[in-house]
Amino acid sequence: MLRTLARIPVVVFFAAVEAATFLVAFCLGILAIGLGMVFLFPPMVGMVRPLADRARRQARAWSGIEVAPPYLPEPPPPRPGPDGWYRVDRTLYRTPRYPAWHSRFRWLLRDPATWRDLLWLMLDPLAKLLAVPFLLVLPGPAARAYALWVRLLLGHTTASRLAGRVQHLTQVRSIAVDSQAAEMRRIERDLHDGAQARLVALGMTLGAVEQLVDRDPAAAKALLAKAREASAEALTELRRVVRGIHPPVLAERGLADAVRALAMDSPLRVSVEVDLPHRTEPPVEAAVYFAVSELLSNAARHGGATQALVDISHNGSALRVTVTDDGAGGADPAQGSGLYGIERRLAAFDGVLALHSPPGGPTTVTMEIPGVLPTPWHGMKKMPRWKTALVLGLWATAWCPLFPQGLVAACFKIFNAEHIRSWFLALYLPPAWQWPTIAFMITLGVIMYAFALLLPAAHTDEVERCRFAS
Amino acid sequence: MPVRVLIAEDLYLLRDGLVHLLQAHGCTVVAAVESGPELLRGLVELRPDVSIVDVRLPPTFTDEGLQAALEARKRVPGLPILVLSQHVEQLYARELLADGSGGVGYLLKDRVFNASQFMEAVHRVADGGTAMDPEVIAKLLASNSRHEPLGRLTPREREVLAAMAEGRSNAAISQRLYLSESAVAKHTASIFAKLDLAPSDDDNRRVLAVLAYLNAVK
Repeated sequence: MLRTLARIPVVVFFAAVEAATFLVAFCLGILAIGLGMVFLFPPMVGMVRPLADRARRQARAWSGIEVAPPYLPEPPPPRPGPDGWYRVDRTLYRTPRYPAWHSRFRWLLRDPATWRDLLWLMLDPLAKLLAVPFLLVLPGPAARAYALWVRLLLGHTTASRLAGRVQHLTQVRSIAVDSQAAEMRRIERDLHDGAQARLVALGMTLGAVEQLVDRDPAAAKALLAKAREASAEALTELRRVVRGIHPPVLAERGLADAVRALAMDSPLRVSVEVDLPHRTEPPVEAAVYFAVSELLSNAARHGGATQALVDISHNGSALRVTVTDDGAGGADPAQGSGLYGIERRLAAFDGVLALHSPPGGPTTVTMEIPGVLPTPWHGMKKMPRWKTALVLGLWATAWCPLFPQGLVAACFKIFNAEHIRSWFLALYLPPAWQWPTIAFMITLGVIMYAFALLLPAAHTDEVERCRFAS
Repeated sequence: MPVRVLIAEDLYLLRDGLVHLLQAHGCTVVAAVESGPELLRGLVELRPDVSIVDVRLPPTFTDEGLQAALEARKRVPGLPILVLSQHVEQLYARELLADGSGGVGYLLKDRVFNASQFMEAVHRVADGGTAMDPEVIAKLLASNSRHEPLGRLTPREREVLAAMAEGRSNAAISQRLYLSESAVAKHTASIFAKLDLAPSDDDNRRVLAVLAYLNAVK
């Protein structure tokens, strides 16, 4: 009780703060948009967003309703062109200051959440004052209702969520395309400088042998031995390239054994624990394999580790990989491009990487890729058989009370045709019971239809909830 | 009496080349198969003196050949099998050696280029010895190099150890490293002492001991 009472002054105080802020923001907005003083726009938004964030936090604290901020992600810092200048549309700038401001301004102006924030700020003092009496009488429901109001204007709309998703996917796609192109270039270079060059040399040696074979058989024989060596070297080279594209052991055995093979080849003492009920898609396996390979070689090269543990497990439908080593720690993702490369590779599958590397060790890297394993509640998708039977039974019988026994009998009574009793149960009863029976039949029919519709819907809901929970 | 050989290889050119090579060196090719199930049937029914098996075979093109070889050796312990592959993995080597009964080879396909050395390996496996690819041994030694007892070996001893692990006899090692046989014997004795292994005169048992040791350190 005391807690709810303590909320009232907070609500009133913030209603006042919001009203004042709205007035200031309104004036700034008029100046910024109406009079072209655009530099006032970002501070105005900067004033509003903390208040909105506070309202979101409060909604969660008071009623448990989660309101996620719907803002678009902040634009990346401007990057200079190859000539060191920064470009905005058709203008070049020497320093990043104006381009950074410009992209920030566009980001704020174009985000619909900015304008919904303002609308909320205008209406919220009123809503807050309206809510005060209810908060006193019915604290629980009133807090919930207020939180729903907050969510209405400050939460995600379907459009904003989809827009965020589209932006994320666009980014991920461009990363994936980039890294694929880089990979292709690397393979091309490897083949060009390695195997291809060696095969050319081999052909030349064989040509020389052809010329020498009659004149100087001994020299020809020596050259042939050299040619054989060159072909072996070309094979070794090709084997290295193949390993970089898709390790054969991964193709032959899958992720678990491929990681075990990696562990054996590593100079570290690596133990591998795998708990995977199913194999994942080959691209995911390859990404994880290369990530583990990179992490183990990092640990051996930089961390001075002697032991490592690779743990591959599943978390619902997510694949989780943890690599721990006993090295010196203090790994900095900003410095090593290896971790960045792994992150990019994983991003293509919506995977994430978390690094925990305190100075002095141990270093733990956890990677999680969601939704790549078949989910354990697979069988729950279908309704249990008794429910299906019940729903079918309801559909098959609900017409009987509703139409003949209910509505049709009612029509007969209204139009005074009770003498045709036919099989209408109500018309055989004493007159005082007839209307209640008809009403009961109609209600029964409606309830049966309602259940036939609601049971499958409720089941789908439950399945959806499980999917999000896992 | 000529050695009876079974060949399992799905690429026609390689299979044909192997058949010719083996026949030219006085072996009898009892069967040349191209898929996993055929291979297993051939191994168990024909019991060849030695089989040359490609790791990757139809129908799945995964490690069909290796699995068939392991299965056949489970049913017929010690059945000599020489596995060929485009790449070598310590993992596969361990699986082949796991039963500790010898008569196993695991070589890169490139080794076929050197016919005399390849035939030497084929005969060694047929006689119940082992033939491990130098690359497997190199990987094994490299991944173990940080561990104490191996670090105490002199470079020469490491060379002898590597050759021994490949499955070579003292005589072969002495030829290869240009040492006298007694020098090789001295080196091997010193290696066994440093690694705390019981010395053994039997070439094959000695190899298995060394490989088991290398596999166990990690």
